[in-house]
Amino acid sequence: MQFFGGSEISPSPPAPTASGNNAHMLYIFNRNGVCLLYREWNRPLKTLSAQQDHKLMFGLLFSLKSLTTKMDPTSVDKGNLGVPQLPGQGCSFHSFRTNTYKLNFMESPSGIKIILVTHPRTGDLRESLKYIYNLYVEYVVKSPLYSPGTQIMCELFNTTLDLYVRGLG
Amino acid sequence: MAAIYSLYIINKSGGLIFYKDYGSAGRMDTNDSLRLASLWHSMHAISQQLSPVPNCAGIELLQADTFDLHCFQSLTGTKFFVVCEPGTQHMEGLLKHIYELYTDYVLKNPFYEMEMPIRCELFDINLAQAVQKDRVALLAR
Repeated sequence: MQFFGGSEISPSPPAPTASGNNAHMLYIFNRNGVCLLYREWNRPLKTLSAQQDHKLMFGLLFSLKSLTTKMDPTSVDKGNLGVPQLPGQGCSFHSFRTNTYKLNFMESPSGIKIILVTHPRTGDLRESLKYIYNLYVEYVVKSPLYSPGTQIMCELFNTTLDLYVRGLG
Repeated sequence: MAAIYSLYIINKSGGLIFYKDYGSAGRMDTNDSLRLASLWHSMHAISQQLSPVPNCAGIELLQADTFDLHCFQSLTGTKFFVVCEPGTQHMEGLLKHIYELYTDYVLKNPFYEMEMPIRCELFDINLAQAVQKDRVALLAR
């Protein structure tokens, strides 16, 4: 996996494929399952409290990861179902689609998980997630006021992220 | 070169009632396939709860690094899913066809008990043909 080309953000973010805001919400989790950031742009249906929702989302990703690791038809030695995997270990997944939404997922080697939920007909967003990860590194990790593992309260990050996601196809 | 790696059918309570492997690497014993099937059943249900818009019917396609998983849920809650190579096309059609075979050769079989593992020879034969045809169509492209 190559997230770390250079320390600066690539000058041209991946081009949006269409205009209009397709994104529903975005989550960023750290390796312990703490939700560092939750943003929503368009979410008509809310069934759970925010905390329950984050827990369920993290649980879903965790279990799907162990499912894909065990199901991986190309590896011979898969180990047992549910054995804890380090980030980058085992077969992971990058998106799933239902009839109402598409969930795009990226995990960095340090265990930061970025989840972007969009319209079901959005294309491959792997590059866009890497770009968002770069934004996170630039504006959050490098911020001297940010202590790792806490909620992201970085104005510059939020506005840049907002601008980018709104322009996303 | 196998396009399809495996096929699972699970009943409405998440129990595995049919599993067929078409050449994936590594061994998967009966317990593993049962656990994977019920895990998929719950993941499918959770994905409906997390939907930002109403009327979500669960995961249709999961794109992993080394495979795609296509899932089709019938109106009665029986789920059919295939594990195939990334980017394999027209899997929805194949799943619907397998569903047709299931209704014809399993449900109409008077000896079949609902929600129980499928042991019907005719179903096996026709399924093998359907998958084979799919593979031939793939090779022809």
